Amino acid sequence: MKILICISNVPDTTTKIKPSADGKAIDLANVQWIINPWDELALTRALELKEAPGSKIEKITVLTVGDKIAEPTIRKALAIGADDAIRVNADPGDNYFTAFQISEALKNLNYDIILCGIESSDYNGSATGAMLAEFMDLPSVSSVSKLEIEGDAVKLNREIPGGFEVVEVAKPFVAIVQKGIAKEPRIPSMRGIMMARTKPLQVVEPSPAEPLTAFESYSSPKPKAACRLVDAENVEELVNLLHNEARII
Amino acid sequence: MNKVIIFAENFDGQFKKATFEAVSYGARIAEQMGGEAIAVSLGEVADAELMTLGNYGASKVVAVHSDTLNTLDARAFAKVIADLVVKESAGVVVFTSSNASKAVAPRVAVRLNAGIVFGVSGLPVSLSPFTLPKKVYHGKAFAEVVMKSGVKVISLAQNSFGVAENRIAAAIEKVEVAIDADLIKTKVVNVEKSTGKVLLNDAEIVVSGGRGMKSPDKWQPLEELAEILGAALACSRPVSDEGWRSHSEHVGQTGKIIAPNLYFAFGISGAIQHLAGVSSSKVIVAVNTDKEAPVFSAADYGIVGDAAAVLPRLNAALKKFKSEN
Repeated sequence: MKILICISNVPDTTTKIKPSADGKAIDLANVQWIINPWDELALTRALELKEAPGSKIEKITVLTVGDKIAEPTIRKALAIGADDAIRVNADPGDNYFTAFQISEALKNLNYDIILCGIESSDYNGSATGAMLAEFMDLPSVSSVSKLEIEGDAVKLNREIPGGFEVVEVAKPFVAIVQKGIAKEPRIPSMRGIMMARTKPLQVVEPSPAEPLTAFESYSSPKPKAACRLVDAENVEELVNLLHNEARII
Repeated sequence: MNKVIIFAENFDGQFKKATFEAVSYGARIAEQMGGEAIAVSLGEVADAELMTLGNYGASKVVAVHSDTLNTLDARAFAKVIADLVVKESAGVVVFTSSNASKAVAPRVAVRLNAGIVFGVSGLPVSLSPFTLPKKVYHGKAFAEVVMKSGVKVISLAQNSFGVAENRIAAAIEKVEVAIDADLIKTKVVNVEKSTGKVLLNDAEIVVSGGRGMKSPDKWQPLEELAEILGAALACSRPVSDEGWRSHSEHVGQTGKIIAPNLYFAFGISGAIQHLAGVSSSKVIVAVNTDKEAPVFSAADYGIVGDAAAVLPRLNAALKKFKSEN
């Protein structure tokens, strides 16, 4: 069995986000790049499954659509434990373009399980995974917070309002995963980092396609008015403010 | 191409506020485009419930029946909705930002060679080119995005537009479809669902605890506050990572993104990732012992103090307030 994890290269989630002077881009100078947090959890879960006793998983591949700037992030995924990597050499224009490029790159590669994070932490698109499934004409399960392999069967927990459903799905499939899929992302070991340098990273050129959406301008949120402090001994005032000023209770 | 189709998701046969919000939003776009708003409902929903969609401006409700549509299968749902978009020659398809919308909308977009924008925060700023407002980096920046495709698929961020009544006597059109059994490769084998709890994504008020609550056995006063206000419970990431509370309660960038009317943060310092998940709340109240905590920069009202000391007093004051109002 082979597992593929789609990873996005995104600014560290603690980054202060500033539009550029002309407002046409986000200023990404001096940004620390990381593996998109949900993609990193997906990779962690794949490794746990591969290491489980009796596992039939022979290979874990990570794939990203991105230019050369994404390579340190790919190497990090290899250092954490992925066996090999594919980079589609293109700017990930939008969800449609990115999902199409992934589907093209995966033609004839026969992965059994494809994992995508629920969204990327930069553009919050929430669409690439399910779009990929449609391009590949595969079943997909979204909002997945648990993934278990029992023999040949795969069971997923799909989050619903107030609980979850246990879903069985036939391989091959795409799972779009979120919080809960793995506990903590792994930190690469020194040995992992050394080994990552020689693991295969295949660069493929994109297929002809155009993004269907384009971000044209950015602005910063308006700064919030100063917080109004209420004395800890006088919670009645808070209740009064919420009722009469904020009119919220 | 001036028709708007809205996916009217039901939960066990009932529509929720987010669905009415999406219908209100779609109806307004249809009005701007000089067209009609058509809601599409999949699975078993009673006629009286279907009619309620007319209250928010849907002039037609297409109710699609098939035994297989009572459970979500993204592929089957997407096929039914995309076929309807083609049949009606609609130009815009509106979804909420629910889990089902995230599963289905992207597949609809691919079927229609359409661009998709998730988490749209308001009406189009322009119809030509079709330009939408959206938050990026979880609200750390606002952006405008242009859609270039013929059909546009939009998912509306929750509580960003609101419900707008616009009563129309909706025409109900019932459609039977036969779904090819080969299409469906997913099967729900078990459901676990708590009942009676206020759900985090539906809640108007959310009360949340962080590490400043000190230990998992100190949650009772917070639960009491939630009960008094009819609120949902939430927590910060460290609290869910340490297993004090279920990960389903985690709000923040990597957990749930919420936008209630009122958000209480008790003992939460307000890491940038936490604030990214709650900053769309209308009013934020923070209680923290550290007056320099970043949560106060995002809060509208604050108390510098220990949650354990403030909570019982607040609960008592709110009970008194509720009994008098």
